[in-house]
Amino acid sequence: MDILFQGGGALWADPSTDRARRFFADKPRALIDKVMTVAEAVRRFVHDGDYFACGGFGCARIPTAVLHEILRQGRQHLRFAGHTATHDFQLLCAGNGLGQGQTLAAVDIAYVVGLEARGLSPHARRVLESGEVACTEWTNYTLALRFKAAAMGVPFLPVHSLLGTDTLRHSAACVVACPFTGEKVVLVPALYPDVAAIHVHEADRYGNCRIRGTTVADLDLARAAKRLIITCERLIPNDDIRQDPSRTAIPFFCVDAVCEVPYGSYPGNMPYEYFSDEEHIRQWLSAEKDIEEFRTFLQKYIFEVRDFTEYWQRCGGLPRLQELRRQEFLLHRGL
Amino acid sequence: MSAAYNAMELMICCAARLLEDGRTAAIGTGVPCAAAMLAQRMHAPHLVILFEAGGVAPQLPTMPISVGDSRSFHRAVMATSMADIMETCRRGLIDYTFLGGAQIDPYGNLNSTCIGGDYARPKVRLPGSGGANDLASFCWRILVVTHHDRRRFVEKLDFLTTPGYLTGPGAREAAGLPPGSGPYRVITDLAVLGYNDETKRMEVYSLHPGVSLAQVRAATGFELGVREPLAVTEPPTPAELLLLREEVDPHRYVIGRC
Repeated sequence: MDILFQGGGALWADPSTDRARRFFADKPRALIDKVMTVAEAVRRFVHDGDYFACGGFGCARIPTAVLHEILRQGRQHLRFAGHTATHDFQLLCAGNGLGQGQTLAAVDIAYVVGLEARGLSPHARRVLESGEVACTEWTNYTLALRFKAAAMGVPFLPVHSLLGTDTLRHSAACVVACPFTGEKVVLVPALYPDVAAIHVHEADRYGNCRIRGTTVADLDLARAAKRLIITCERLIPNDDIRQDPSRTAIPFFCVDAVCEVPYGSYPGNMPYEYFSDEEHIRQWLSAEKDIEEFRTFLQKYIFEVRDFTEYWQRCGGLPRLQELRRQEFLLHRGL
Repeated sequence: MSAAYNAMELMICCAARLLEDGRTAAIGTGVPCAAAMLAQRMHAPHLVILFEAGGVAPQLPTMPISVGDSRSFHRAVMATSMADIMETCRRGLIDYTFLGGAQIDPYGNLNSTCIGGDYARPKVRLPGSGGANDLASFCWRILVVTHHDRRRFVEKLDFLTTPGYLTGPGAREAAGLPPGSGPYRVITDLAVLGYNDETKRMEVYSLHPGVSLAQVRAATGFELGVREPLAVTEPPTPAELLLLREEVDPHRYVIGRC
């Protein structure tokens, strides 16, 4: 197959399926208890220089506790899959340009910097506009497809996105003629993150997970990631999983750590549990405008904080979470 | 009979009227969502809404804040994956998509990646494609709702994030994009615009009440043709305004932005 065009962006992760198989050959398969604290999970499974990805959709079902712990433990030079990344990206950027070294070194970009209708993150803009983070462009679907290729164990997948655009020129994709039809197609390489974090509704101690609502790209991400940290709203007995295996979204052998983190997507939304805390997210965006104010804000909400429970206690505690639960179920509208 | 309305309300009504009953629309939050909800309550009860994070045919009680929040699949028929939504678009099942950007050019190409000529050190870093490039490559008709000024309507984009008609007639097909798909309408606070059948360049279809063609041209950074006969946009009807204000956006999240 002749390459008709090759994007000039850098590839930040190895697409080799054989090397990935070598890694998975040594991954533990036994039904063993993987319950641990988020601090321990990040210590053991997130390393400096890793390619990191996280699940959910920016401000919905995100593994906030893992992101906080990455900042507290001062991980450096991560490469990141910026797939529908909003508050998650905002958090990782807080490790750059504030005297804490450089948490982010490179990003595959589908969506970063913005928080959808809420506006752009001033600090994420500073970090990317400084040029200190290397960027390659993709789209939401092509990044999702790169996870899918890795999950399938194939080195690439064909797609009809990117064609004709600068997004293609700044990607690491290439254009070929289809050997069957002759039509132009884009090939996107498999993406195996070194480590991923996904927040789910329920998991057992072995890592069998249930997700309610949209799954975004998480089913493929869970299978593509070499190491996987699960945070869950609730630990459930293994027997519950076995009563209805059709509800299992991620099987235990993909998973390395299971951390029970109630309200773990806060200030993001968790479907059927609690809505996003828009007021707190506005505080983030506002604090970021001034570097000194942002430093103080981060001290208060992340660096001086012991664990995730203390974080949401500092954000209004149970009364605030109850209010967000009411918003999720529209009880605040009298329903 | 007409009533007092603001530019945002007019834009939402224009967008809603373009959505035919029984069609499918992959939409985002804000104006597109308001337009789809209004269309469902007016002439298009069978309009199917999809959100790129995985929500299929939700019955929206209130407007989502994010295309991935729990509102985006409230009372939906399915909560699925992003790939499933995008692949449904690619198979040719999705009629409309709404996109936006910091810049749009005469061929309806969009920039949502960066402002400034230097990609590595941009003046303003914007979010990137998100799902826009995918949706514009897959859906049949692309609609854009945007504020009309010379900074947005430019002859040449700083970065071509999302494909419109690219460089003109035949360019989408030559690039490998599906025949018969592409930019459809641009709705602004001044006018409704479409594309010339031969040149694929943007042209004015109708002027909003009280707006002159000179005003629209002054707010556009490229040469703008006119589709004859140039119409005047129908103002919102009392029925549209009532639904918009009472049911679609009672908290004025979108219509209050004016």
